[in-house]
Amino acid sequence: MFGAVIRMESVTKRYPDGTVAVDRLSLEIPDRSITVLVGPSGCGKTTTLRMINRMVEPSEGRILLDGVDIRRQPVNALRRSMGYVIQNAGLFPHRTVVDNIATVPRLLGWSRRRARARAAELMERVGLDASLGRRYPYQLSGGQQQRVGVARALAADPPVLLMDEPFSAVDPVVRKGLQDELLRIQDELGKTIVFVTHDIDEAVRLGTRVAVLRAGGRLAQCAPPAELLAAPADAFVEDFLGADRGIRRLSFLPSGGLPLQKSPVVTVDCTAEQIAARAAPGLPYLLVTDRDGRPLGWGEPEALLAGPPDPARLLPHGRPFEYGSDSLRAALDGAVLSPTGWAVAVDGTGRVLGVVSQQTIGEAVRSAHAGSRTAAGSWDRVAG
Amino acid sequence: MNGFFDIPSDLQHSWFGLIGLHLREALLPVLAGLVAALPLAQLCVRFRWLYPPVLSLTTVLYAVPSLAFFVVLIDYTGQSELTVMIPLAVYSLVVLVPAVVDGVRSVPPETLAAATAMGFGPVRRYVQVQLPIAVPAIIAGLRVATVSSISLVSVGMLIGNQGALGNLLHAATVYHRPELAVNSVVTTAALAVLADGALVLLRLLLTPWMPRGARRRTPRAARPDATAPAPKEAGR
Repeated sequence: MFGAVIRMESVTKRYPDGTVAVDRLSLEIPDRSITVLVGPSGCGKTTTLRMINRMVEPSEGRILLDGVDIRRQPVNALRRSMGYVIQNAGLFPHRTVVDNIATVPRLLGWSRRRARARAAELMERVGLDASLGRRYPYQLSGGQQQRVGVARALAADPPVLLMDEPFSAVDPVVRKGLQDELLRIQDELGKTIVFVTHDIDEAVRLGTRVAVLRAGGRLAQCAPPAELLAAPADAFVEDFLGADRGIRRLSFLPSGGLPLQKSPVVTVDCTAEQIAARAAPGLPYLLVTDRDGRPLGWGEPEALLAGPPDPARLLPHGRPFEYGSDSLRAALDGAVLSPTGWAVAVDGTGRVLGVVSQQTIGEAVRSAHAGSRTAAGSWDRVAG
Repeated sequence: MNGFFDIPSDLQHSWFGLIGLHLREALLPVLAGLVAALPLAQLCVRFRWLYPPVLSLTTVLYAVPSLAFFVVLIDYTGQSELTVMIPLAVYSLVVLVPAVVDGVRSVPPETLAAATAMGFGPVRRYVQVQLPIAVPAIIAGLRVATVSSISLVSVGMLIGNQGALGNLLHAATVYHRPELAVNSVVTTAALAVLADGALVLLRLLLTPWMPRGARRRTPRAARPDATAPAPKEAGR
């Protein structure tokens, strides 16, 4: 089942003591996308999430699921149609991994056999070894527990997935793996995901759209991450995005438009004439590749003329970026890491397409920024 | 030790008969206490304000000596087993209510939130999630209640020989046979130890999901001494 559209109309949550957790929040959450709610603690993001499955009832306003008020159906039926992933996974300690995952199918009346078969299928999807199925949660690592949490939420194939800071309690390396896994699963399944986090990097990395909430539960800005980074609505959002939003923005600019120079590239068995012909002005080095076109390193033309280059004595070429599919951020990173100040562009198989200087990348950034002022938000998201 | 197992005929039971009687008089009240404690504890968890008054009331009941209980009850239930079992049931209740409350509260909040979010109704959530996770704490409470109940049954001797193995203490005095007193004490103690062992075994069977060994993090609720009253001494 694919996702569903969630529409929040001027939703307010006020507690009996007068505290306002969410203040007249209107938000359209499109289907088949990841909408991230992000903000400092106390901004009402978890409350907002919990109003979608009615764990918290709004004081005012209403929430529509595919155009129908969520109060129109029985609360438990509503909740069973929405997967829920929570911080620390919230697994049932007294049930095995398989039975944890099979929970909602069992609640929906599936036979034990069918529910367990489905659980096994989901373990594979979230990258858990089948042998873990009979373990209890205490026998798993934090990352594995969180994978079980995601599998459990997906078990009954719900159109909506609610995720409440699901990855914030695991270490950064495991978190990155879980994030990649979530993006991959979302590519395959196309759910409507509402994701709560306090980590702006996670929000920008995962979100199709990012909704920034400020204390008191008011919406500060809701936009695709590239637009958010390019044009924060106010000082609060800008501050929340952090100091390096300029660099982070480059993640959303494609490297495909960069003009590549092919001349300063030579193969390891080239002739002296070729080397002499290819030395470019302003570049005292040539990039040497192997016979298949894979980069080996940078060498000085004089040294190369003296004889076949020794790969061990070449200067390192930094991390090459994949032309087209990597972003300008990766290209700039490659250029910054390279001792020559030039980045190496490769194709999908790792063969060199050309090289590009920091200066050229800088010009591309400037022209992209100029273009963004006329067509803000029109960029396509680029991985990496 | 001549005639150690030779029970005087006026007790109307063999040694094994007395053991059976003793277990019945001790364990039925514990069971009754558990049946009453489960819903009462659930109410205390659900309505937090209810717990302090319930705890005070049950603690006061616990402070009433069993003899005083018997004196009051004899007018209604006579010199019967029931008169012995009612106070024991009350004492069990007093031990078990905090044990169940702590056990149910020991369920991690995110586990509880996840259960709600997945569409468990309150009853199903209680039976399938909260109660199983509370088992270690409940059994810890049951161990205290059971051992204390087994030792307390003997006091029933004072109300018309309703003390099962405790009646042997009286017989020992009347017939000048001290070995019967030794029999009573040793058998009662052995029953208590065996019952306790059975409960430990039951917990191991019911909780394969608990971490074993040195790494085990004892749940707050699994320590009966933390909130539950100390075991009641026989003869109070």
